[in-house]
Amino acid sequence: MVLSVNDVTVTIDRPRRTAVHPVRGVSLSLKAGETLALVGESGCGKSMTCLALAGLLPNRAAIASGTLVLDGTDLGTLSPRDARDLRRRKMASVFQDATGGLNPVRSIGWQVAQAVRMRGGATRHAAQQEAVRLLGRVGLPDPERRAREFPHQFSGGMNQRAMIALAIAGNPKLLIADEATTALDVTLQAQILELIADLRRALGMGVLFVTHDLGLVAQHADSVAVMYAGRIVERASTDSLFANPRHPYTQGLLAALPDAMGASARLASIDGTVPPIDALPAGCAFAPRCVRASAICTSTVPDTVRGLACHHPGPRVRPAVPAMQKEYS
Amino acid sequence: MRWFAIKSLRAFVTLWLVVTFVFFVLRLSGDPTMILLPDDTDAATRSFYRALWGLDRPIWDQYLRYVAGLMQGDFGISFRNNMDAFQLVRDRVPKTALLGWTALSIALVLGIPLGILAALYRDSWIDRVVMGLAVFGFSMPNFFLGILLILIFSLQLRWLPSSGSDTWWHLIMPAFTLGTGFAAQIARYTRSSMIDVLAKPYMRTARSTGAGPARRVISHALPNAAVPVVTILGFQIGQLLGWAVVTETVFAWPGIGRLLTTAVATRDLAVVQCIMILLAITMIAANMFVDFLYGWLDPRVRVGAGARTA
Repeated sequence: MVLSVNDVTVTIDRPRRTAVHPVRGVSLSLKAGETLALVGESGCGKSMTCLALAGLLPNRAAIASGTLVLDGTDLGTLSPRDARDLRRRKMASVFQDATGGLNPVRSIGWQVAQAVRMRGGATRHAAQQEAVRLLGRVGLPDPERRAREFPHQFSGGMNQRAMIALAIAGNPKLLIADEATTALDVTLQAQILELIADLRRALGMGVLFVTHDLGLVAQHADSVAVMYAGRIVERASTDSLFANPRHPYTQGLLAALPDAMGASARLASIDGTVPPIDALPAGCAFAPRCVRASAICTSTVPDTVRGLACHHPGPRVRPAVPAMQKEYS
Repeated sequence: MRWFAIKSLRAFVTLWLVVTFVFFVLRLSGDPTMILLPDDTDAATRSFYRALWGLDRPIWDQYLRYVAGLMQGDFGISFRNNMDAFQLVRDRVPKTALLGWTALSIALVLGIPLGILAALYRDSWIDRVVMGLAVFGFSMPNFFLGILLILIFSLQLRWLPSSGSDTWWHLIMPAFTLGTGFAAQIARYTRSSMIDVLAKPYMRTARSTGAGPARRVISHALPNAAVPVVTILGFQIGQLLGWAVVTETVFAWPGIGRLLTTAVATRDLAVVQCIMILLAITMIAANMFVDFLYGWLDPRVRVGAGARTA
């Protein structure tokens, strides 16, 4: 296991108000060379989960409980300094806004070289050469010259490639891609996803792929975790999740996909809205929007049993259309 | 090169406007012979001096002669002691330059680290103390701070000389008087621009590569935060010269500022004009330097690097 997250809760302290928990009891695991997709609507806690894993939580937020095991080492047993060291050697993140994520007054090459030096401790000269190599590796034409240019001279897609070069410096075991392609247009999106898949295979990285786009999940992920209001509600292999979604929320999401379930004539939607994180209902957070909700749903938070957190899961059915996931792109 | 040519042309036009404005305003402000000559001077003597200094000619004629003189490097002569005005001013330049540079260095050395510190510990007691000091330093008038320092360090403690410029000890109080106000301004600008930069996504990227806090602040944040600070530095150099007049007077520092005060008081037109031209040149040069620094710091405004590729 490259990453194993067990029952992690993130707390944000707010001055003069009660603390909120944007991430509640999240468990995930990821093998080397595999892609795990974390799916959910905006504000469901996906990004907060990523920041917690990467050790990039904002000041007031902290991991309140749970364990994080990165490539065999429990981060909780390390001092903050050692934890930072381990993270910088083992994991890297790519975020949505690549252009904003790069320093405007530093050359692309400098920034990648800095990451190389941080992760590998190379000399300045070696780091520069490695930066040029990495920029070439992520498909930037003429990397030698491009390394001397600045983010404002790059297009969004090129900046995202540069960000990926920066991320794979020092061969991390885990890559977190938090909505890394959301801001890009469809063709670029496909190119960047292909690049990430290629690097994953070549470097044997585990990829935690965070998105709200189920179409991309079907194409690129080995397994999926569906998040709702800070919890993982359903976790399964991509094939079985798409063929046989069991949580009502997952079913709703899939039904809302254009053409996902085959013949339905109009797009389905899930009634109601996501509850705000400082006013979550007592039981299952999805209960107010759930068609199958009963008394127990509004009073008791469902336990997670074999990756599923629901009092009334849908029936286990044989997939009607096998291996349909290639059609969602 | 084109950039430099345009800048130079603009600087020249600015300079010409300053010369013209100062020339006419000074001549409208009264007859110098009324102030320079004793009250009981008879009319004949008075008109003799007017003729000697060329004040009896029409004003446009005086102006053309003056500008023609300037072209040949002739700044006119001082009415007061018949010395070459340029010579008088030039002799004072080193003292003011020394005071100005020292004050500016103090301002940078104090202001930037304090501003960074306040930004890093935003809303903590450190921030409040630094910003409290900044408000204090900024709102304290120079003449008041100068006199206060003299009271404490010269009269009470007897540590530092209160006036003159003979030794390095003489430099301490004037430089601090002049420097604190700027240090306060720079600290405030550094703080706000640093707070801005620290919240930028690229700072999170730096953090994600495992860069430690010191490295993040110095190599990733500071070059960005410096851009707005450098911009205000250009304005400040102009202010610095203005405040130097007050500070030099308080500490009897024999620089341009003090020369300007006496020259204005005695309507010594040639000297005042010469100083004004010098101040204008200094400010123009400072702003050109800031523009240059700005481009050096921020590749987005760098000349010739504007084209977006791909």
